[in-house]
Amino acid sequence: MKLNGPVKPMNETYTLGPLQIGPPCCDPEPLIRVDNLSLYYGVKPALENVSLDIYKGCITALIGPSGCGKTSFLSVLNRMTDMIPDCRVSGKVHFNGRDLRDLALDVQGLRRDIGMIFQKPVPFPLSIRRNIELPLREHGISKQAELNDVIQQVLQDVGLWVEVKDRLESSALALSGGQQQRLCIARALALKPKVLLMDEPCSALDPISSGVVEDLIQRLRGKYTVVIVTHNLAQARRIANYAGFFWIRDQQRAGCLIEFGQCKQIFEAPAHELTAAYVNGSRG
Amino acid sequence: MSLSLADKQLAALLWGCALLAAALVLLVLLFLFKESWPVLQHIALIRFFNDTSWHPVDGLYKLTPMLSATFYSTLGAVMLAAPLGIASALFSRYYAPSFLAGCYRRLIELLAGIPSVVYGFWGLTTLAPLIGRLHPPGVSLLTGILVLTLMILPTIALTADAALAAVPAAYLRGAASLGLSRWGLISGVTLPAARPGVTAGIMLAAGRAIGETMAVLMVAGNVVQQPHSLYDSVRTLTANIALEMAYATGDHRAALFVSGLALMCVVLLLVGMAELMSQERRHV
Repeated sequence: MKLNGPVKPMNETYTLGPLQIGPPCCDPEPLIRVDNLSLYYGVKPALENVSLDIYKGCITALIGPSGCGKTSFLSVLNRMTDMIPDCRVSGKVHFNGRDLRDLALDVQGLRRDIGMIFQKPVPFPLSIRRNIELPLREHGISKQAELNDVIQQVLQDVGLWVEVKDRLESSALALSGGQQQRLCIARALALKPKVLLMDEPCSALDPISSGVVEDLIQRLRGKYTVVIVTHNLAQARRIANYAGFFWIRDQQRAGCLIEFGQCKQIFEAPAHELTAAYVNGSRG
Repeated sequence: MSLSLADKQLAALLWGCALLAAALVLLVLLFLFKESWPVLQHIALIRFFNDTSWHPVDGLYKLTPMLSATFYSTLGAVMLAAPLGIASALFSRYYAPSFLAGCYRRLIELLAGIPSVVYGFWGLTTLAPLIGRLHPPGVSLLTGILVLTLMILPTIALTADAALAAVPAAYLRGAASLGLSRWGLISGVTLPAARPGVTAGIMLAAGRAIGETMAVLMVAGNVVQQPHSLYDSVRTLTANIALEMAYATGDHRAALFVSGLALMCVVLLLVGMAELMSQERRHV
């Protein structure tokens, strides 16, 4: 497994902050254990019998065709499924020694620990500063000096500080798509999460911005545990330590996990013929 | 870009409609001005504020008591109805179970459809005696304010509801993924995002309160006097016109048109303010 070396800026328009690189994940230690997870919308199964471990400090990529339940799987991990009426989840999902499905669980606290980045960047229609401040204040940080420190730190971490430090009070909606996505990542990082769930974070961006965000995700490795859904197989191959391949089971149209393992193995020596066909581009 | 014949015809029709609508407003203004002209010609504008009383038959044209009555009743109604209407919209949008929210919204729409004379009738027979028990005579500024509040409440509630509904669902998911509480989401994201719409609704409601004639005429007592307390009987500008138009002639009649002109100017001012407020600080 390769360690990520120093990252070279692709051009002059962005700079990368000194994000601390944590211990590599050569020594896998499961942080989230998913056991026999199934998910239903009404009576229709969307995902059946998924079991896998998410390893601490690693990047786990979830690949597979559209509609095979990858995004649904992500939403189980931070309980975003609560917001979907008629959504039912069965099986066990362990994080921090607790079952995530526990109804008594502090969901707000959970979402602070497990952040989420969406396909389309969702900066709030507020100033850049306020975008990061809002969740921090919600979680009880209200001293202005402390807020300023965190804002500067996370904006440096995502390489946005130099670009926006002189216009923190202007609207976040005026940023470019790539900058907006990095702001969203900064906003999630500000809460010091343990896990970041990313749902196709690059697919709404132009190639340059996409490259910048991909570099950023690479640098999150070690310090954060990342689970990323991506349709870009080359990207999954470049950045992931582990990969899970989802497919739609024909008889019930429900998604399922075909194969999970180290990224190198999934791409170079897949155990299942469907995986081989998909990563070689002959199916899916 | 060249337009097809059908497009050209439609464009011409729409131009015609728009010009007609705009011309109507100007014509109304012109008409008011023309009818006010006889009295404006030989009476200084200042006399509408400085005369000793409103006795138009004797050539005394003090409008300020009516102006204050209109101002206070509108201000009071907006101050009561705005928080209630916004709270109602927040309830139906974010807190009520969906079936209840639907029923509730229908109910508010029904409230908007009740004719003003019915509100006035209810105010006169039920509300005024109640307030009269508290402090005679009962028909008063306070009764007017309360009836007006009821009348403009649905306008504010429905426009605020529509403004909240227009806030993209992505913001809700984004906020939830950051562990924001429902109130954190509302106060931090949706209300600021919906503010232009909510403000416009309040201005619209204020315009309605200013122009409302029948209900206020029935419950406010119609004594021409500067109100010193909420329990004083007052006569609004609109009630004044409705009460005296039938028998007014000459300068008296023209003076009533002056008060109509004054009303029109206040409403224009309000519309202008709504426009300004919805443009300022809009993060788009």
